[in-house]
Amino acid sequence: MRWLSDDKLNRLRAVVNDPDFSSTKYTIVKELARGGMGTVYLAEDRELDRRVAVKVLNTPDVNDDLKNRMAREAQIIARLEHPGIVPVHDAGTLPDGRVFYAMKLVVGSRLDEYAAGASLRDRLRKFQAVCDAVAFAHAHGVIHRDLKPQNIMIGSFGEVLVLDWGVAKIVQPQIDADFRRSICENLRQSAAEQTMEGTVIGTRHYMSPEQARGEIDQLDERSDIYALGAVLYFLLTDQAKAGKAAKAVCSKAMADAKENRYSSASELSADIGRLLDAEPVSAYRENVFEKASRWVSKNRFLVLLVLAYLLMRIFFIFTTRP
Amino acid sequence: MDPDTDIGGALHRFPITNHSAIIAARSDDQLVRRRAFDTILSSYWKPAYKYIRLKWQAGNEDAKDLTQGFFTNAFEKNYFAGYDARKASFQTFLRTCLDGFVANERKAGRRLKRGGDLDHYQLDFTTAENELAAHAAASTLSAEDYFHREWVRWMFTLAVEAFRRHCDDAGRGIHFQLFERYDLNDDDKQVSYASLAKEFGLEPATVNNYLAAARRDFRQIVLEKLREITATDEEFRTEARSLLGVDVK
Repeated sequence: MRWLSDDKLNRLRAVVNDPDFSSTKYTIVKELARGGMGTVYLAEDRELDRRVAVKVLNTPDVNDDLKNRMAREAQIIARLEHPGIVPVHDAGTLPDGRVFYAMKLVVGSRLDEYAAGASLRDRLRKFQAVCDAVAFAHAHGVIHRDLKPQNIMIGSFGEVLVLDWGVAKIVQPQIDADFRRSICENLRQSAAEQTMEGTVIGTRHYMSPEQARGEIDQLDERSDIYALGAVLYFLLTDQAKAGKAAKAVCSKAMADAKENRYSSASELSADIGRLLDAEPVSAYRENVFEKASRWVSKNRFLVLLVLAYLLMRIFFIFTTRP
Repeated sequence: MDPDTDIGGALHRFPITNHSAIIAARSDDQLVRRRAFDTILSSYWKPAYKYIRLKWQAGNEDAKDLTQGFFTNAFEKNYFAGYDARKASFQTFLRTCLDGFVANERKAGRRLKRGGDLDHYQLDFTTAENELAAHAAASTLSAEDYFHREWVRWMFTLAVEAFRRHCDDAGRGIHFQLFERYDLNDDDKQVSYASLAKEFGLEPATVNNYLAAARRDFRQIVLEKLREITATDEEFRTEARSLLGVDVK
């Protein structure tokens, strides 16, 4: 019998857990990220000769609840066709019983990494794109429930993608009947299992108070609004230039009582748009000085032109005096 | 016959079974109990020997006597029938029994007679000793961790050997050869599927398929082996997590 070194032992331990892709068109290249439920691999799609990201359950022997959750995640993302939501190309079950799905490979950086080198304006633009993607999901009756900078990718061309819909929940039955029927009917059982009262799902720093209390029935779009507010808070944290209006937007999104938050991600996105355009935001009432200051800031060129004109007039008056 | 594995035949006919040897060790049937004991012995003698050598700092001959003596006593006095899965894992139970046995023998200052009832087992202490000499133990490990690490190593060693036999019996020697070349490769440089395909005269896709099947079978053998030496589903899951680092059903 051969001696197995520690390295070889580790290799064997990994080998017995590697997903078996032999019956698919994918060849695994390397592991990209590992989470509690699944692992994301970089893979080659041999048929289409392109690279994709493949998410696979960590182990074949898991319970049905996890399998259903993974299948549900794939179905939810596949139906949410939006530039801000990573598209799913394929889904299935491996011979070893693991559920997987293949999605677009996003090359870029996570929002928290991107923010480190970005201006306030760029951060707000990306955040607005996140709000738009989330608003789209909400319009299709899906709440994300785990929004955080680590689940938002900025692609190499600046595109913004919201990832990890593994704990998403379907909330609005009336928006798109076909969409709802196709997901809800298949997955009613698993959704019920996942959303038991008292279960805490999400990431603590970005979790709304009702989510932290495990009040699953109370979760709606405004729970995601809270998380968006927390993401905005993260983006504003080291920004001295962030004014009172920006902070007010953040506070409104993160209000303890959900009735006091923005009622929709679109509304929050609109306020971010106003911030970027130096317009008054709905979350903050300015006094007359702030209004004037903002007006000057917004019309800097015009103000400079008028000032230049006035200076020339004064200069002209003094120089032409007898 | 390979003396290293000729320890009662349990490994030679690697049983693909869901029956637990730990449960069978409580049987009133002497034959059933003997078979269960063979399985436990084959799974634990080497970690036990190394543990006695390093953690009890016993000499080579002493450690052999103590290992043989421990398992002889365990069978004769039916130690393993007293195992309660609710209190600890079997591995912890066995190590605690071993500690107690060695401590008692040391206290009594006895010199154990080699062999006894285990004379018919050819435990390959020479190889175990060579391994100890060639691969110095990490002194930073606690006694418990050291025993566990050696047990994991031994479990995988047995599984690799069982897998080799499984492939030979099934006429799938090439599966094992590919597995050996790719996953048990001694070189630092990792071989590629393409180079293996060339070496074995196969298509790269076939190498991919054979390796996937080999890993699937190997995993199954590891888990079956583990199931044999655990008493309850919960213990099986816990040990699988510890052995493979994953949750299993």
